Amino acid sequence: MKITGARAVIKALEDNNIKYIYGYPGGAVTPLYDELLNTDIEHILVREEQSAAHAASGHSRTSDTVGVCLATSGPGATNLVTGIATAFMDSVPLIAITGQVSTSMVGTDAFQEVDITGITLPIVKHSYLVKDASEIPQIFANAFHIANTGRKGPVLIDIPKDIQLTSFEYVEPTKPKLMGYNPNYYPNIKQVARIKKILEKSKKPLLLIGGGAVYSKCFKELEELFEKVNAPILTTLMGKSAINNNLENYFGMLGLHGTAASNYAINQCDLILSLGARFDDRATMLTDNFAKNATIVHVDIDPAELGKNITTHYPVVSDIKNFLDEFNPIIEKLDYSNWINDIKKLDEKYPMKYNKENINPPMVIDRLCNLTKGEAYICTEVGQHQMFAAQFYKFSKPDRFVTSGGLGTMGYGLPAAIGVAKANPDATVINICGDGSLQMNFAEIATALEQNLPIKLFLFNNSSLNLVRQLQYFGSNKRYSGIEFTCNPDFCKLVKSYPNTEAYRIDDISQIDDVINKALNNGKFTLVEVNTQTTEIVYPVASARLGVKKLDYFDGEEILY
Amino acid sequence: MEHTISVIVENKAGVLTRVSGLFSRRGYNIKSLAVGETDVPGISRMTIVVNGDEKTIEQVEKQLYKLIDVIKVIHLTDEEFVERELVLIKLNVSKSTRTEILQVVDIFRSKVIDMNVNSFVIEATGTTSKISALEKALQPYGIQEIVRTGMIALSRGAKKSKGVSIK
Repeated sequence: MKITGARAVIKALEDNNIKYIYGYPGGAVTPLYDELLNTDIEHILVREEQSAAHAASGHSRTSDTVGVCLATSGPGATNLVTGIATAFMDSVPLIAITGQVSTSMVGTDAFQEVDITGITLPIVKHSYLVKDASEIPQIFANAFHIANTGRKGPVLIDIPKDIQLTSFEYVEPTKPKLMGYNPNYYPNIKQVARIKKILEKSKKPLLLIGGGAVYSKCFKELEELFEKVNAPILTTLMGKSAINNNLENYFGMLGLHGTAASNYAINQCDLILSLGARFDDRATMLTDNFAKNATIVHVDIDPAELGKNITTHYPVVSDIKNFLDEFNPIIEKLDYSNWINDIKKLDEKYPMKYNKENINPPMVIDRLCNLTKGEAYICTEVGQHQMFAAQFYKFSKPDRFVTSGGLGTMGYGLPAAIGVAKANPDATVINICGDGSLQMNFAEIATALEQNLPIKLFLFNNSSLNLVRQLQYFGSNKRYSGIEFTCNPDFCKLVKSYPNTEAYRIDDISQIDDVINKALNNGKFTLVEVNTQTTEIVYPVASARLGVKKLDYFDGEEILY
Repeated sequence: MEHTISVIVENKAGVLTRVSGLFSRRGYNIKSLAVGETDVPGISRMTIVVNGDEKTIEQVEKQLYKLIDVIKVIHLTDEEFVERELVLIKLNVSKSTRTEILQVVDIFRSKVIDMNVNSFVIEATGTTSKISALEKALQPYGIQEIVRTGMIALSRGAKKSKGVSIK
């Protein structure tokens, strides 16, 4: 059977169970767009290519299929770069397809030509430039395999226009066999037994859960671990929705804006059992002062993470679920009540709190959590609102937190929410945003409306880049530079200018519940705007100089461990 | 400390860029890099000399393994190995210096592979220090051009380096 390169691409997507593709057309991908008319795969037209990558990322993170985005050559391809880097930093499986100028033109600085495989080299798990149409089936089979196994990540496939048009005799791809790619999914059994003994000897252990646990889909196994090992549980930002945040032993997020209790626990513990956390600098702060007295057991699917940021005493290369499958059956019940009580006391002394007098983001997020029972999909942009969401939205169901943790990409939340909503049509999908981030990609409101997605935007508007303001407050002696927006639109009017939308403004505490309920139940794309103060600060804040040993707590109080 | 690493890779477009790019963007300094095909078609061997402490080298190896086209990374400094570099030196020659230069060439067991009235091209192989010593010895006569291949290395003995099984 002879088929064209473009047909082969679509067939590969069909064979990989792809139902949606997020993209933006252009000259170098017209054959692919033509072929999209002959398939059931639905194309979602975004307003800018970056959003195609973010939407595919949101889709990928909250479904069982790999997200796919499509852009033309040159500027279309370069607009994908931020989205690809975001997926790379957060280990999100993604297939990014770009068109390329025809092979005879490659290297001539042709119109809309750019070396996108070269540009994206440091931010992809792997990439291909297709030079022969007959390679397409095997390249796609390999690409899906690479993107969605081991430590997951984005794969870019650059396809010249003439290759898309070339016909060739189709041959089914073989099962991917890559000489240099053999990820290890299973732990060394002897090492697992060793860790059991170390845990039994420990007096103050803690369980640190990271994003790797989310991707490993080991919610049940983690629950079993927590039932057996009655030790404190902490998460990283990315690990927040790996577990039920209402667990009694869960003390919140650690690190820069972590809870006082979790940072205390890190300072005091004698053992960290880290499952899928990569000891990012926002979690550890200064590594010199991080968990100085602790033995560190680090379980991660990526061998390069072991010992990269901090010295690991017991490294284990494994998928988290597979590790727990071996570990849970061999451990007896272990109880660390005294140690937990110690942390609880500190948690009671220094709880997470917010001002109850005036309306503020934590207050609204707290109510939002309550009224959605912690079950909504929460996407965020990047800024203070992101940290407040991480601190105050307590996820009761797994895999619900979609945020740009690694790259910290403003403009991520809205397009990601589109992907989440497409992947989970009956779910409540909320994007928590600030006015800075929302303005980066807010043209995507139109995409959401075209797709009939009743996403809820919770906008905390302070007409400034308030997380930067906070950095300048602490780090630049309150000299504020370049953070003020003096010409923000009326966001409610802006959203209302699109058809079939709702927009509400909350001005008073007494309106919060009512507006949230209206927003959640109106079945429409909705903006809820809350005007907040620029004086808002995300507390606690770990010290830039001393790391998690010192926290600026609320009301100017300092905690030294 | 200086470390010599052999990297066995699939000979595909862009693989050299992927490997060298990895070094530069992570701040590892490549001292020398030489690439050539192995006895197995489609498989190349890179010999990379890099400076760094144990921790850096461990990261270098792990990061190299993350590249899909990298099949095997062998840290040769962990075992007995032989290393060689090839150099070609174009040198000014005159009637009065010709004999002296030939003596130097002989002492270093190198060869003259091209000559005319005013110049020699000298070929030499050896360790980095030998090549550097030869270069130093010939400097006074006036070196016109010089080209070095970078280090290539193999483990000693009949056994293949641990884990290298490509065929």
